[in-house]
Amino acid sequence: MTSNAMGPPDASGRFGDFGGRFVPEALIPACQELEDAFRSAWADPDFHEEFDRVLAQFGGRPTPVTPLDRLSVRLGLRIFAKREDLAHTGSHKLNNVVGQALLTRRMGKTRIIAETGAGQHGVATATAAARFGLDCTVFMGEVDTVRQELNVFRMELLGATVVPVRSGSRTLKDAVNEALREWVTCVDDTHYCLGSVMGPHPFPWLVREFQSVIGLEAATQLRALGVADPDVVVACVGGGSNAAGVFAGFADGPSRLVGVEARGGSAVAFGAPGVLHGMRSLLLQDDHGQITEAESISAGLDYPGIGPEHAHLAAVGRAEYYPVGDEEVIDALRLLSELEGIIPALETAHAIAWLAREAGASVSHGSTVLVNLSGRGDKDVAQVRQILREGHD
Amino acid sequence: MTELEVRLRAVRERHRAFVPYQMAGASPRWLDHLDALVAAGADALEIGLPFSDPMMDGPVIQEAALRALAAGTTLETAAHALAGRDLGVPLIAMTYYNVLYHLGLERAATVLGDAGIGGTIVPDLPLEELEPWREASAAAGLATVLLVAPATPPERAARVARASQGFVYATARMAVTGRSDDAGVAPRVVAAIRAAVDTPVYVGIGISTPADAAAAVAVADGAIVGSALVAQVLGDDDPAGLESVAAAFRAAVN
Repeated sequence: MTSNAMGPPDASGRFGDFGGRFVPEALIPACQELEDAFRSAWADPDFHEEFDRVLAQFGGRPTPVTPLDRLSVRLGLRIFAKREDLAHTGSHKLNNVVGQALLTRRMGKTRIIAETGAGQHGVATATAAARFGLDCTVFMGEVDTVRQELNVFRMELLGATVVPVRSGSRTLKDAVNEALREWVTCVDDTHYCLGSVMGPHPFPWLVREFQSVIGLEAATQLRALGVADPDVVVACVGGGSNAAGVFAGFADGPSRLVGVEARGGSAVAFGAPGVLHGMRSLLLQDDHGQITEAESISAGLDYPGIGPEHAHLAAVGRAEYYPVGDEEVIDALRLLSELEGIIPALETAHAIAWLAREAGASVSHGSTVLVNLSGRGDKDVAQVRQILREGHD
Repeated sequence: MTELEVRLRAVRERHRAFVPYQMAGASPRWLDHLDALVAAGADALEIGLPFSDPMMDGPVIQEAALRALAAGTTLETAAHALAGRDLGVPLIAMTYYNVLYHLGLERAATVLGDAGIGGTIVPDLPLEELEPWREASAAAGLATVLLVAPATPPERAARVARASQGFVYATARMAVTGRSDDAGVAPRVVAAIRAAVDTPVYVGIGISTPADAAAAVAVADGAIVGSALVAQVLGDDDPAGLESVAAAFRAAVN
């Protein structure tokens, strides 16, 4: 499906003014090889057939759309949730890694490396690596290996090697740096399975395409429920892959598209244009162009930038991006848990928090809303318990 | 032809070039370290300007960048420290694109040019994204030095080499700075460059020992030595110690 508002990037890998391929010469051939492989695969019906089949038989797709009846009554809205939390490994991340694992095999490579923040992408990558018989190494900021210790163990159970990253701020951005450094040394047999709609061309594009299954499914499912076009489509944004995926199903329609960032990692609200991790995008940085550390309750949104296509959608006004604070997020997580029996990931709770704040304000009562429920909260339960016991400020 | 290339061609008339690297601001004595490197026989100096996320650098230069940033080093403070000091050898700045981009390309080029810098190496700025910085650099008289990697196909290596100004940076191995766990493939990379241009060719990335440097200049016009010398000053910031380590590399390059 070709979208007008979210089409392919131009020949330089740009969405409007954002994107590009700002990588060392050593990685240029690998990026080109990946672009060629993706173009060929994405035009190949056999590739799509296998991608769809693996997502169905292994990934649990399609994920349902659930009407959130009690939350709807509470907020005076008509809310539907796209249940990516019910996908295998507990989040939308598997869609992308299945696609990239198939590309890895198509390129004749035998190993994948990945960065991870909360561990969701790392777990998904380790899962796909096991399923497709690929060696797997995951780079994770040392701070995050402590915050998300169980996910480290999950990856190891799945046969992956987890490398704690001790450089810089020891979080997601440093894990990306380390994965890129590693990739330079092993591009011949190794694919870098980047986890979000970021990085050098073609990653932002191919990750969005692999995630677009979210929005395309949801649009069909909503129509079956009698909703042609929701008034609002809302998703949380770190790098922005789940948001890009769900937006892709609605970008050509009239729906208001809203991305919700963590306040401490809000590249749209507080960032400036710059170049990091192979892309020109909006980045949190100081007066001298040094990247500043994102800070959030959720490791998955701890990223000081945003995918270049989101920067573009923000610049042209097709999508809106708002920050929410950690306190609102905990309240939202409890709200969804108590009213709907769904414990969302802390990342996902940002989208609920924005909705709770804006219901009756910028989202008028009676509006129809699709929330992308990007991940389940199991991984965060221990952290949330600690926060609630200590009392959040 | 850029002034940097004129000067480096003149060096080639004399001997193989020894090009050591230091990170600006990594030590309070970094300017003394530059003097020590010149005293040890450096033909040109590569000066790192710190960036928070140095994608092409290994642990040693990452640590140097962190120290430099913690000390408040910026492109402008480094440039101001260098301005007016004639070290007698060409200076090449190495940094990442966001540092230049955020300051503004024209302003960054002007500030560097005014500080006596002859050219820049910006490893996250490949040929396809180079044009805005090359324009700004040309206006300020700065050369834009490009890298050719072992993975670069021959046809592309020729294009990159033709576009590189001052010299061509041949990376000896597929690695970030500071790693040398294999023999490297410098001869093949240098040959691909020489097939296209007569510009001086220097080998860098993973030149850890004087023997590595000697092997590099067996095929190239010069050797760039970074992490080995940075590690020295991170451990002991006495300029005399650095000079003696650098002198061993100088001797190997002769």
